[in-house]
Amino acid sequence: MDWTALRLSLELAAWTMLVLLPVGIALGRVLAWRRFAWKPLAEGVLALPLVLPPTVLGYYLLVSLGAASPVGQWFESVFGRALVFSFEGLLVASVVFNLPFAIQPMQRAFEAIPRDVRDAAACCGLSRWQALLRIELPLAWPGILSGMVMTFAHTLGEFGVVLMVGGSIPGETRTVAIAIYDSVQAFDNAAAGVMSAVLLGLSLLAMAVVYATGSRRESRRG
Amino acid sequence: MAERGGGLEVRLAQAGPIPLEVSLSCAAGEVLALVGPSGSGKSTVLRCIAGVIRAKAGAIRVGGETWFDAAAGVSLPPQRRGVGFVFQNYALFPHMSAVANVEAALGHVPAAGRAERARALLDRVNLKGLESRRPWELSGGQQQRVAVARALARDPRALLLDEPFSAVDRSTRQILYRELAALRRDLAMPMVLVTHDLDEAAMLSDRMSILHRGRTLQDAPPHELMARPANSLVARLVDLKNVFRARVHSHDPATGATLIDAMGQRLECLQDGRFAPGAEVSWAIPGSHVILHRRDRPSRGERENPVRGAIADFLALGEIVSTVIRVEATGEHLQVTFPLHVARRNGLEAGAEVVVSLLRDGIHLMPD
Repeated sequence: MDWTALRLSLELAAWTMLVLLPVGIALGRVLAWRRFAWKPLAEGVLALPLVLPPTVLGYYLLVSLGAASPVGQWFESVFGRALVFSFEGLLVASVVFNLPFAIQPMQRAFEAIPRDVRDAAACCGLSRWQALLRIELPLAWPGILSGMVMTFAHTLGEFGVVLMVGGSIPGETRTVAIAIYDSVQAFDNAAAGVMSAVLLGLSLLAMAVVYATGSRRESRRG
Repeated sequence: MAERGGGLEVRLAQAGPIPLEVSLSCAAGEVLALVGPSGSGKSTVLRCIAGVIRAKAGAIRVGGETWFDAAAGVSLPPQRRGVGFVFQNYALFPHMSAVANVEAALGHVPAAGRAERARALLDRVNLKGLESRRPWELSGGQQQRVAVARALARDPRALLLDEPFSAVDRSTRQILYRELAALRRDLAMPMVLVTHDLDEAAMLSDRMSILHRGRTLQDAPPHELMARPANSLVARLVDLKNVFRARVHSHDPATGATLIDAMGQRLECLQDGRFAPGAEVSWAIPGSHVILHRRDRPSRGERENPVRGAIADFLALGEIVSTVIRVEATGEHLQVTFPLHVARRNGLEAGAEVVVSLLRDGIHLMPD
C-alpha cells in the first residue's frame, strides 16, 4: 500500500474541489439562467472532458502547460520551476478534466430554482449576494454537493490525464491510480489489490452520498 | 402599518420580444384589474412594474417617484422599487418557514423587530399558529396568505397580484376573495390584480383594463366596461353574450334615436352620432334589457323594439332559467335569463314562441 500516493490523491482531490466550488457555482449559475448566442458552444466545450480520450486531453494540457507555452513560461518565471510534471500542473489538469463533473450537477440544481422564486427574492429587497446566500445556495446545495462529490471521486480515479501531465513522480504526481498501475507492472498484486479496494470503497461512498442527497430532496418535495 | 399615498402611472411600449403598447394608471387605494386572455401580456406588464424585466420604452411612476424612464435612462432595480408582489404560484422560498418567508422581506426593519413584525403580518392574514410551517406543509390557500403577508412586509408603494387565486380550489377562492376585499380597505397603495377571470375582476376591482396582444384596449369601471365595450373585440374579450351586427339606417334628433337595421327589422336605440347612416356596426345588449312580453297582459316597454322568436334552449339553474331565443327573422341567438317564476308563469319551454322587447337604452353600438 502506497500511503504517499493515497495522501497525494486525497490532497489533489481536495484542492480540485476547493477550486471548482466557486468556479462551478459561478459557471453553473450563468449557464442555468442566462441566454446567450454561443451558450451551446460554451456548454459543449465544458462537456468535452466527458467524451475526449484522457490521452487527448492530457496531450493538449501538456502542450498548453509545457515549458514552451505562455502559461508554462509564466509559471516558471514566477515560481522558478516547470508547471508540468508538478503537483500544481496536475491540479490545473485535474480542474480542467473535472469541469463537467462539477458544473453539470450545479447547473441542473440552479435550473430547478423557478424564475419566480428568484424574482421574489429581488422583490423582497434581497440584494444579489443576499439572494445567493439565503435563497439560491440553500436551494441548490444538493446539486452543489453532488458536483463536489463527483469531482472528488473522479479525481481519485483519473489515470490517463494524470499520467500524461504528471508522469509518476513519487510524492509529487504519483496518485493512487498510477500507483496501482505501477504495482501491477511490478507484479505486486497484493498492493494493487489493497489500493483498488480503497478506491472502490471511496467511490462507492461518494456515489451513496450523491444518491442520498438526491432522494432526500425528492421526498421533501413530494 | 404605515401607509403611503401615491398613484401608479405606467406607460410601456416595445415591438418585441413580447409586443407591448400599454397605458394604465391606478390611484392609491384603488384596485385595477388587468384582464385579458393568456398570452395577452398581463404578467409581463406586472413584471415590468416590479422591475424584474425591462420594457424597451416607456415610463413607470409611483407618487412623485420615477421607477423607470427609458428616455432618461432610469431603471431602478426591483430591490429599490418597493413593490409587493404576489406571484401566481406564490414563489415562496421552499426551504424557509412561513415566518422566515415574511422576515426575508423585512430587511428594512431593524433585525430585533423582524420576527415580531412577521408574526403580526401572518396574524393579519389569519395564519396565527402556522408560523413555523414550511410551504409544503401549508394548503394552497395558506400559501397564498403567506405570499400576501410577504408582499405587504416591505410596506410597498404598490401591490402587484399575479393570478393570486388560480392555484386554489373554488371554495378556498371564495374565502380568499372576501379576505382580500377586507384587506384592501386598510391599504392605501395602488393595487394591480392580474386575472383572466372576469367575474373575479368585476368583483374585486374598481377599474378594469382590458389587454389584448400586449395592447390596452379599454380601461373603465367593470359595470361600464360590460355595458359599453369600446369595440366588438372588447365585447368578445369580456365575454358578452348578445353581440350582433347591424347597419345604421338614420339618426332622428327629434326623438334622440338612432335607427339600425338588425335582426331583420328596424331597431331603435339611443342616438349615437359616431356612426354615419350606412355604416356597418356591432351592437350589444345585456340580458337585463331584454323584456319578455307577458301573455296575460301588456308589459313595460312592450312597444320598444319587439322581436319575435322561439326558445331554442331552455336550462333551469336553481332559481333562474337560462334561455336561448332564436330570432325568427334571422336565426340569430339571444341569450336571456329569467327568474324561474317568470318562466313558469309565461309557459316558457323549449320550442315555445315568445316576443321580447329590446330596450333602446340597453342597445350599445360599437365599431367592429
